[in-house]
Amino acid sequence: MKGKSSGRGFKPWAACTRLSVVDASPNLAPPPPPSGRGLHRFANPGRFLRLSGIVLPWLAAGGVGLTGLGLGWGLLGAPADYQQGDAVRIMYVHVPAAQMALAGYLGLALCSLFSIVWRHPLADLAAVEIGPVGAAFTALCLATGSIWGRPMWGTWWAWDARMTSVLILFFLYLGHVAVVRAFDDPVRGYRAGAILALIGVVNLPVIKFSVDWWNTLHQPASIGLTGAPAMHVSMLWPLLAASLGYACLFGAIVVARIRAAVLERRLRGLLLNRAEAAR
Amino acid sequence: MTHMPYVLSCYALGVLVPAVFGIAALARMRAATRKLVAIDPRQRS
Repeated sequence: MKGKSSGRGFKPWAACTRLSVVDASPNLAPPPPPSGRGLHRFANPGRFLRLSGIVLPWLAAGGVGLTGLGLGWGLLGAPADYQQGDAVRIMYVHVPAAQMALAGYLGLALCSLFSIVWRHPLADLAAVEIGPVGAAFTALCLATGSIWGRPMWGTWWAWDARMTSVLILFFLYLGHVAVVRAFDDPVRGYRAGAILALIGVVNLPVIKFSVDWWNTLHQPASIGLTGAPAMHVSMLWPLLAASLGYACLFGAIVVARIRAAVLERRLRGLLLNRAEAAR
Repeated sequence: MTHMPYVLSCYALGVLVPAVFGIAALARMRAATRKLVAIDPRQRS
């Protein structure tokens, strides 16, 4: 995928045509580099379209169903908190959105790693498509947190360690969205975005452990990988359903966007091939 | 004091944001497929 300077001038469509040639004519495809043969099995856009076409409807249906179940249960079925009252129901939106903000950035960083180390062609596209979705879920997390803070803390915003680090995450997402689109040569944009995404990974443990490292308004994590959750089961189940539902929805949105990007590339490749043939 | 207006506004955002992004992604995917098929009918599969 890496653009090579031909010395005959700048060709912003170079990556698109190369992908379309690989896609349309498997016999012309160069052999995958030996270091990443396993990964490059999934770099074929045709194979990705086939696999994602099977997975996407299930992800979307699961996402809609589980999110509906989790949010409905949280709003109508789960008990109110003895201290916070009904305001605790905001948790069923806020926490899954925060989880997706973090998981999305981790996915973005992994795609950036695959892009830089193995030159995985779909990883570039995936990183570009994850950025806006992750930014939206981070904005949702910040907005719902702010709305939750108003009745509970008496303020819409505080420069609390957790809130500030999530705000930095939001800016990292916005920076990535801007950087990958800032270059005329898309490959240079992908590289710059990948470097920014990998540097920004430092912020993830800061967000996770900010409640332990500093004295913040946020409480420590109620659910951990080790130990029992510090939450009653009547609140835990709707939260798990909403979290799983948001994860499926996030995945479905990203997969649909990557499919659209692959199809758009194929379209550009076909149009360019036709234009060149007509000359 | 009831907090339901805060709760409902959060739920509205929590439904709207994924719905808007999901519908936009589907529309983009369908538009790309339609244009591709219009240029090259072999791409239908």
